[in-house]
Amino acid sequence: MPLNELTIAAPEIFLTAAICVILLVDVFLKHEHRQVTYWLSIAALVGAAATSAYYQVDGPVLGFNGSFIADPAADVLKLFSYLIVAAVFLYSRDYLEENGLFKGEFFLLGLFGLLGIMVMISAHSLLTVYLGLELLSLSQYALVAFNRDSSVSSESAMKYFVLGAIASGTLLYGMSVLYGLTGTLDLAALAERFAAPGEANVPALLALAFVMVGVAFKFGAVPFHMWLPDVYHGAPTPVTLYLGSVSKVAAFALAWRLLVDALGPLQDAWGDMLIVLCVLSLVIGNVVAIAQPNLKRMLAYSTISHVGYIFMGFIAGTEEGIEAALFYTLTYVLMAAAAFGMIILLSRRGFDAEHLDDFKGLNARSPWFAFVMLMIMFSLAGVPPFVGFYAKLVVLGAVLDVGLTWLAALGVLFAVVGAFYYIRVVWYMYFAEPVDRAPLAVAGDFRWVMSLNALALLVLGIFPGRLLDLCASVL
Amino acid sequence: MTELPLLSILVWLPIVGGIVVLALGSGRAQAGKIVSLAVSVAAFVFSIPLYTAFDVTRGDFQFVERVTWIERFQAYYHLGVDGISMPLVLLTTFLTPLVVIAGWQVIKTRPAQYFASFLILEGLMIGVFAALDGLLFYIFWEAMLVPMFIIIGIWGGERRIYATVKFFLYTFLGSVFMLIALIYMYLQAGTYSIEAFHRLPLGMTEQVLIFIAFLLAFAVKVPMFPVHTWLPDAHVEAPTGGSVILAAILLKMGGYGFVRFSLPIAPDASQSLAWLMIALSLIAVIYIALVALVQRDMKKLIAYSSIAHMGFVTLGFFVIFRVVAASQSTDGALLALQGGMVQMISHGLISGALFLCVGVLYDRLHSREIAAYGGVVNTMPRFAALAVLFALANAGLPGTSGFVGEFLVILGTFQADFWLAFLAATTLVIGAAYSLWLVKRVIFGQVANDGVASLTDVSSRELFMLAVLAAAVLLLGVWPAPLTEVMEQSLAQLLTHVTQSKL
Repeated sequence: MPLNELTIAAPEIFLTAAICVILLVDVFLKHEHRQVTYWLSIAALVGAAATSAYYQVDGPVLGFNGSFIADPAADVLKLFSYLIVAAVFLYSRDYLEENGLFKGEFFLLGLFGLLGIMVMISAHSLLTVYLGLELLSLSQYALVAFNRDSSVSSESAMKYFVLGAIASGTLLYGMSVLYGLTGTLDLAALAERFAAPGEANVPALLALAFVMVGVAFKFGAVPFHMWLPDVYHGAPTPVTLYLGSVSKVAAFALAWRLLVDALGPLQDAWGDMLIVLCVLSLVIGNVVAIAQPNLKRMLAYSTISHVGYIFMGFIAGTEEGIEAALFYTLTYVLMAAAAFGMIILLSRRGFDAEHLDDFKGLNARSPWFAFVMLMIMFSLAGVPPFVGFYAKLVVLGAVLDVGLTWLAALGVLFAVVGAFYYIRVVWYMYFAEPVDRAPLAVAGDFRWVMSLNALALLVLGIFPGRLLDLCASVL
Repeated sequence: MTELPLLSILVWLPIVGGIVVLALGSGRAQAGKIVSLAVSVAAFVFSIPLYTAFDVTRGDFQFVERVTWIERFQAYYHLGVDGISMPLVLLTTFLTPLVVIAGWQVIKTRPAQYFASFLILEGLMIGVFAALDGLLFYIFWEAMLVPMFIIIGIWGGERRIYATVKFFLYTFLGSVFMLIALIYMYLQAGTYSIEAFHRLPLGMTEQVLIFIAFLLAFAVKVPMFPVHTWLPDAHVEAPTGGSVILAAILLKMGGYGFVRFSLPIAPDASQSLAWLMIALSLIAVIYIALVALVQRDMKKLIAYSSIAHMGFVTLGFFVIFRVVAASQSTDGALLALQGGMVQMISHGLISGALFLCVGVLYDRLHSREIAAYGGVVNTMPRFAALAVLFALANAGLPGTSGFVGEFLVILGTFQADFWLAFLAATTLVIGAAYSLWLVKRVIFGQVANDGVASLTDVSSRELFMLAVLAAAVLLLGVWPAPLTEVMEQSLAQLLTHVTQSKL
């Protein structure tokens, strides 16, 4: 098939058109027909997936004057993002309805954010990266403030917006210095330029440092993590689910496009910076998570620690390392979606099951969902036979391969620290008496998708070969 | 092999059975119990051919199954047993039905989950003993923690949560460093095959680091002094079945790990660090036995006695270097190795039986305190007879399996150094002291209180499980040849491998 410039961006074009349609339809819908918006959003995701699958590419194809790229890895990341966003919408639907938040904006902003993620994934110029990032960030700021009546939500949105704006500004400043040094915005041209000897000079490192701050902020790596627990905690749970899951794909894409594709030749420099971020994230994320009685905050700190492991893959800098980081990101997103989904599952009208105590005695209330949560928690802790184990295995293998044994040892040590707060959830569910005895009222499709999501962690844990091969073949 | 994939059946039958029991749910608990018993007995039946069809003239792996599992890591679904692991598999399949029977009437809360946990645990334990691929081994090894965590946490005693979290974190901490060692060797060898790891040439520094990583994992499991502190807590708080499985099988994984990984992969490091292992073993044998002497809780006493007995196992495994150096031949070393292995099997039977005895008493009076009993023989004569037998076996009485292992280890150790053997032999005195004193205080004497006076003797269910174990203990005591015979070739081969330097 001859690929012209429009077909490589076909999924983005389709999604933009679909968003416009949904936006218009939603305006004319009465509140009781709001389900239509939900189904249209799901249809848009299915359509985008079909478009992506139809126009998938075998190798990298550039378009739009080199500012946009389609490659197999981008296809995989996009397809995965559609899946996760669909799951986010499904998990959120009933919660939003019960809490009076069932508005078209949630789905529209979610889709706009997704569009931003897709643009970032396919970015091949600094401007495209920034464009996608801002589209995602602005959607997320609005999503966090989505529950207008909640002062906590508004406060965290404000915090997120101000800090996010600073980070974006820092990133943009770094990009402008890069442009000033090289005269190009094209990622491949940048890489070519920096590969020349003597180009890793002080101005380049200065620009790199600014870029790194932006990347670290979007990941939520220590010491740029301050926003993350507050925002995760303050945002309505469906939004936390969105932030905690799919936006990590975006963070991976950002790091991959900027650090590996564009600044790959400066790996020595950014590798050292990442080691600092990685160690701090592992230590602070895992240790502080222990002290959190609020599950959303606990998972926020756990995210920070998982970012440390994702960084390990980048630190190795080898092909296996980047594959490991990709594998880690995909599996982490799957686990995070399931974990936040479980909070929504236990919540009901006017009540968020966001405290650890709300999980007490879950085994007595619903043995199956207690087991689902058990699988999620052990997977997050990295205990086999769940897929979280392989995620740790590949990143540890990557750093060991480049001789960073001490980093691997530190990683496993803090995996043990992390195991404590994950198994604490299991112990509350299995060994404690229920505080809340209300029966679980869960819609059928939610029940099924949640179960499938958790079982995927087990099945991928027993047969991880396919996903590993996929990650290796696309990069 | 064109015959039945026996080992796969042994691994997966209990796991699938456990899932079925879970699916039946606690509402149909009776059906769940019957399924559990049927599955565990079926697993035992399937494990018998492992023994009967085992070729004792071969020291290599038999009943081998090998299928590509994760191509990218060159990891295989690779199972097989040799003379070292086969008896341990049999021990597992032998004890699990007894554990199911032990919980038959006692477990009232969530019976389905209880029996399912034990079945799944059985499959995973057999997987650990049968895995010939490092990654597969690690997965079984770690996955065991999940059902064990649940077993202690739900059905344990008062301080069960503290105990189970401590158990989980201790063992998890131990094993993650083993993971690093495994990945490191994978990067060197390009495969996760354990046999390839055995052949992998390694420098001294690497060997020492790998040895220490494995030591952390296995020492915690054995457990060796000073990382033994989780065991008394976990044992005491675990339900009877949990204590039996912990003492009889989970502890053996540490010992098994030493012979399967540490010795053959890092022979030179094992040799140069043998002094440390011997010292730690002797501390366990003497100091921990003295600690057992002063316990007031029956389960704690048996738990400490387990640590002391496992000290013998590690002593037998690591004294071999000194024996070879002193006697210039491998005969004495082979005795010591065999002694360690026999001790593992025998201790599995005896400690399992002792915990079942405590369980029998606990089910009646709900106390584990030694002081709460006295004169049990007056009301429970049949029980008393069996309990005394197990206590004497625990003390190493000739004619019971407990004697064989200890005797072989001491015999081997004599060839290395008289004083080492002398210190090890003190266990015969201290072991007799705490075992017999326990018997005196609990079983003999006047009826101590109304509780003891109201005791009823063992039911036929309880009698059956204790009698089966008693028969096994006596049989191996008077005729250990069937056991030592299957091990001999594999251990001899191991010894040849270990005495050749990798440097």
